[in-house]
Amino acid sequence: MSDNAESPTETQKDEPSTPQQPTEDSGTADEKKKIDVLLKAVGDTPIMKTKKWSVEKGRTVQSLSQFISRFLKMEANEQLFIYVNQSFSPSPDQEVGVLFECFGSDGKLVLHYCKSQAWG
Amino acid sequence: MADDKDVLRDVWFGRIPTCFTLYQDEITEREAEPFYLLLPRVSYLTLVTDKVKKHFLKVMKAEDVEEMWFDFEGTPLKWHYPIGLLFDLHASNTALPWSITVHFKNFPECDLLHCPSNSVIEAHFMSSIKEADALKHKSQVINDMQKKDHKQLWMGLQNDKFDQFWAMNRKLMEYPTEEGGFRYIPFRIYLTMSDRPFIQKLFRPILPDGHTHTLGDLLKEVYPVAISNDDESKRYQVVIHGIEPLLETPLQWLSEHLSHPDNFLHISVIPAPSD
Repeated sequence: MSDNAESPTETQKDEPSTPQQPTEDSGTADEKKKIDVLLKAVGDTPIMKTKKWSVEKGRTVQSLSQFISRFLKMEANEQLFIYVNQSFSPSPDQEVGVLFECFGSDGKLVLHYCKSQAWG
Repeated sequence: MADDKDVLRDVWFGRIPTCFTLYQDEITEREAEPFYLLLPRVSYLTLVTDKVKKHFLKVMKAEDVEEMWFDFEGTPLKWHYPIGLLFDLHASNTALPWSITVHFKNFPECDLLHCPSNSVIEAHFMSSIKEADALKHKSQVINDMQKKDHKQLWMGLQNDKFDQFWAMNRKLMEYPTEEGGFRYIPFRIYLTMSDRPFIQKLFRPILPDGHTHTLGDLLKEVYPVAISNDDESKRYQVVIHGIEPLLETPLQWLSEHLSHPDNFLHISVIPAPSD
């Protein structure tokens, strides 16, 4: 194990997060609430040791996808696809909270991720 | 029923007269004339603006050209939203033609997704249809289709072929008679005054006791502010395809007839004009 300062073991207990913004007005309180997201790798895409993450509802699919790419130390030219229900890839500007409400089950949202297109 | 088929046709062939103007700071070799186009409401900006691009490239040097993008009065226009939705949301109560500014530089990375080719639009479109069918039929209808059927939906949209598209899309609009409607209605409610992209929730068109949910019921549940009480002046307009449907309209009917080709009912809530 390298002594990399960015080593995910330091941060994985909590959220996949860029530094927390200072609290804004109360209107965003709901978006700050967190949901459980289970990340599963597809095919030969590397798995993440920590699969379950607590993610802010207002966080977008794009920012989650950037987090996974960084976590897996992917090259800039590599693409990452994210799937819901093993069927569709949500739009990058979609909020994970919305996906959780519509497609979550057992109190969590399961997302599959893959370096190549896995479904349709 | 004949009347209802006409509704599908009217929705499909809805057009918005648009004037494209090159952004003033773009560098050109000679003056760029504006370009006029009738935009199909149900399509996507980057899918129908090849002519616009060609027109402006004539007066520009190749080295000054990066990915093309559009804004309306300073608001970058998301190509992955249907054109009709962009107009309803941002330009409903402005004069026609719709005045769109064309850019070839300073792509707003935070606001827009890149669109390097039509296959990106196709992927986005098919994903939306799949998401909608997950809500309507637990994905059963879309999964029963073959690859060529999916292609037919996309080609129908891309080539503006109403019959080709609807020959396949009608299957996505079916439901078991005994249930009276879809499992959940694929809808998105957009608010101009919010930073959030949209509201989307699980909402049934028909209750187990047979009660029919209306557009008004949906708004009451997910965004009650949009509905004004009788004794106050109207603060918001609820717009779908440029019209304000009666709040008493059954949601199931709206979903079958006023959804975009991506199978979502895109609902804009905009401030009512003050005059």
